[in-house]
Amino acid sequence: MSKKYLLEIGVEELPARFIGDALDQLKENTMNILAEERIKYEKVSAYSTPRRLTMIIEGLDERQEDMEEIVKGPAKKIAFDEEEKPTKALLGFMRGQGIDISSIYVDEHNGVDYVFARKTKKGKTIEEILSENMPKVIRGINFPKSMKWGGKNLRFARPIRWIVSLLDDKVIPFDLEGIQVSNITKGHRFLGSNHIVVEKVDDYVEILRENFVIVDQEERKEIIKYGSEKLAKERGGNIQKDEKLLDEVTNIVEYPTPIIGRIKEEYLSLPPDVVITPMKEHLRFFPVFDDKNRLLPYFITVRNGNKDFIETVIKGNEKVLGARLEDAKFFYLEDIEKPLESYVEELHKIVFQEKLGTMYDKTKRIQKLAMKIGEYLEVGEETERNIERAGYLSKADLTTKMVTEFTELQGKMGMEYARHSGENEIVSLAIFEQYLPRFSGDDLPTTTAGSVLSIADKMDSIAGLFAIGIHPTGSQDPFGLRRQALGVINIIIDKKLNISIKELIETALYIYVEVNGLAFDYDKVKEEIEEFFRGRIRSMFIDMGIRYDIVDAVLASNIDDIYDMKIRANKLYEWLKKEGLTEILTAFNRVANLAEKAVSDEVQRDLLSEDEFDLFEAFNNIEEKIDNFISKKEYDKALDNLVTLKDPIDNFFDKVMVMVEDEKIRNNRLGLLRKIYNMMIRICDLSKIVNK
Amino acid sequence: MYFQDLMLKLLDYWGNKGCIILEPYDIEKGAGTMSPYTFLKALGPEPWKVVYVEPSRRPADARYGENPHRVYQHHQLQVILKPSPDDIQDLYLDSLKAIGIDPLKHDIRFVEDNWEAPTLGAWGLGWEVWLDGMEITQFTYFQQVGSINCEIESAELTYGLERIAMYLQDVDNIFDIKWNKDITYGDIFKKAEYEHSVYSFEKADIDTLKGLFNTYEEEVKKILDDGLVLPSYDYVLKCSHTFNILDARGAVSVSERTNYIGRVRQLARLVAAKYLEQREEMDYPLLKREGQ
Repeated sequence: MSKKYLLEIGVEELPARFIGDALDQLKENTMNILAEERIKYEKVSAYSTPRRLTMIIEGLDERQEDMEEIVKGPAKKIAFDEEEKPTKALLGFMRGQGIDISSIYVDEHNGVDYVFARKTKKGKTIEEILSENMPKVIRGINFPKSMKWGGKNLRFARPIRWIVSLLDDKVIPFDLEGIQVSNITKGHRFLGSNHIVVEKVDDYVEILRENFVIVDQEERKEIIKYGSEKLAKERGGNIQKDEKLLDEVTNIVEYPTPIIGRIKEEYLSLPPDVVITPMKEHLRFFPVFDDKNRLLPYFITVRNGNKDFIETVIKGNEKVLGARLEDAKFFYLEDIEKPLESYVEELHKIVFQEKLGTMYDKTKRIQKLAMKIGEYLEVGEETERNIERAGYLSKADLTTKMVTEFTELQGKMGMEYARHSGENEIVSLAIFEQYLPRFSGDDLPTTTAGSVLSIADKMDSIAGLFAIGIHPTGSQDPFGLRRQALGVINIIIDKKLNISIKELIETALYIYVEVNGLAFDYDKVKEEIEEFFRGRIRSMFIDMGIRYDIVDAVLASNIDDIYDMKIRANKLYEWLKKEGLTEILTAFNRVANLAEKAVSDEVQRDLLSEDEFDLFEAFNNIEEKIDNFISKKEYDKALDNLVTLKDPIDNFFDKVMVMVEDEKIRNNRLGLLRKIYNMMIRICDLSKIVNK
Repeated sequence: MYFQDLMLKLLDYWGNKGCIILEPYDIEKGAGTMSPYTFLKALGPEPWKVVYVEPSRRPADARYGENPHRVYQHHQLQVILKPSPDDIQDLYLDSLKAIGIDPLKHDIRFVEDNWEAPTLGAWGLGWEVWLDGMEITQFTYFQQVGSINCEIESAELTYGLERIAMYLQDVDNIFDIKWNKDITYGDIFKKAEYEHSVYSFEKADIDTLKGLFNTYEEEVKKILDDGLVLPSYDYVLKCSHTFNILDARGAVSVSERTNYIGRVRQLARLVAAKYLEQREEMDYPLLKREGQ
């Protein structure tokens, strides 16, 4: 009969942000072990509250299947006497293996007959397997930050205080640093019993519910969601979707009861972010909005408990929010006493990165870089002025009281304060938009000034950090440079900016030399950043659903102009639908392979034989045309012309031996191929295309 | 409940749980953690249970006595339990009942908070404890102190007495807290808040303080090798407070700031290491008292 197993790890309140991942590991570690131990099961479910990580395995085998094992014994001539009776040697072997003569047979081994024993290794019971492995499963859960406690040789995010280990109705004991392992669990800290005996696995969920613990996180989430929406609706409002906050709140309560409290009207005249941020970030409250997205004077929070004495709890929360909003109001009013401009000097006091100077230095660099980009894009005089101004003010809000207190308001407060200080709308908006996109899928800047400033800010960070050797490696990317590079790429594509990544990199690096006098290996760093961008572009194009071989073909050419790369990729995709591709690709593959060996693309006419000359002529005939099409970005037509070389190429390879002894002739032939190759990779590298 | 009763009730509660009740340590400091009764005692294998009130000075938080929530000096009630008992959270919640906070009538939460004190080379994991949304206690399991891994992890409970009092007395301004039936918090501290604010922000003599910092630092280095751990540590505290005034005064540039913090941390590390050495030589006298 199949079995059910329950493991509950009872802990002191786990950080909400660790719980999801810990549950996944708990499940995965267990499933790996069950697979290794050849134990079948139907289903593993995992539940969590702040005080417990729970796993229930259903449909478990009772034991491993028995396994047959063969053991080699003594040679036949030692094992049996002349009368074919077992000798002492064989008897000893059988005793040692715990078997009788019926399990013995004779077989040849390296030309000699030996005695073998056929043994059945009894499968372990599920009890043995669980009790052996559960300590490993628990120890195998890793947290981003873990601790030790009570002198135990064990790390966990917070102390483990009890463990329930129950197979149907039987406790499966094991030892984990002396922590109690039994069938006793605890209910809600204040409302439930702290000594609950779980008689059998099937009782677990319900008995906890009776003790004010809803162990299924999804159920708690629904209660919070619907309860909050209902409360908001009753006041004529709604709560906006915020999965992150909802998940966090779900993970900090065991028995959720949503409650609604009031915000004093006087705070509603502040900019909405000033009110919403302390609510969400400090207190995990849900703000309530009307149909027009205006903040209503209510908040929703979730009590960890039932409705008893709910008025006291609401009043307490209102008071705490009041104090927070009073602070926020104070910061805001203080901040707007001076114009935004006057905060720029304060940036001397904030370090961007020890080796890269202060935020003031960064401001200067961003401003310079943004203006260079503006010039390059020929944005016009007015926009240039706006960029210059927005660049100067870009980081000023970092020194305001509001942003010091709520760093996530950077940019947003800058925009508010800029408007308040009488800066024009383009400048104000650009200050906010410099941080876009903040995460994958976030909005992109809407204005030219904002786009330029955003690129400048990101390129400056990338250039500087690479220059001092801080690159993203593996999962380590403390400055979020990958995200920032992707931001740059997305803006360029979205705004169809005709801008050279290479030049951006060079300019950003050069500005470090100019402003900071930073010393670094310019060429090496430049190449590293280019390579970094290449990698980002590759993964982004592949994410967009572009065939990876097309991406590689396009990337082999220069990555200077990302928007252009996208065009090339699209044209190439269309173009590749044509007939007779196999032969064409084969021809250009051969060109690419040999072109690599060329020392230059110089061709001396007088060294060419007749067959070589045909190819040379054919190339010369189309060179200008292709050039023309490339400059008009008509890459499909450029390719059409290029592939007219197929026949001359095939003829060349049929008749001409390239790798001859004579160095001069050899290099001349390679040079010709190189010429063709160089032309090809201005469009793409056809040899990278995988032909199906 | 009056402020003084709040202190007495908590001291009494923890005293009954086996903590020794100590007076504040008589040198300026930013937090109860900096008392040698926490900083040094958290090191090594010896058990230690203590409760004390610590007036804590934070020059940068000074507001001339005009802000209802922020002050130059506040009071922390500090509990150290080493090793941390298994039922530490229950003990803590019972202490709230002792001051009239019934968990059934409120919403009490343990919200993740990772504590770190760079000048002390100390960090730990734990929570802020919320009472209906308000942070009333910092609860930390020390993992490292004086840049040295803790051999036995201590639990540290730091009660923010003013906040609890404001809640219990239902007042919105710290200076309205009733110390006893006649005297308010403002009566005692408002003038001090003003004067210390003027001093920290306007009058503190920068050169003098910078000189003092160097002198204190020198003193630690001079006497530590003679095994004078406690006098050395006193000067580490002096360095730390002097730096805090300079910082509030706006006299410390960004790079200097890192430098100053590094210097204090280095001193704290030296003292911590020396303390451990000394206790080992003494054969850990408190180990023998265990179980009494």
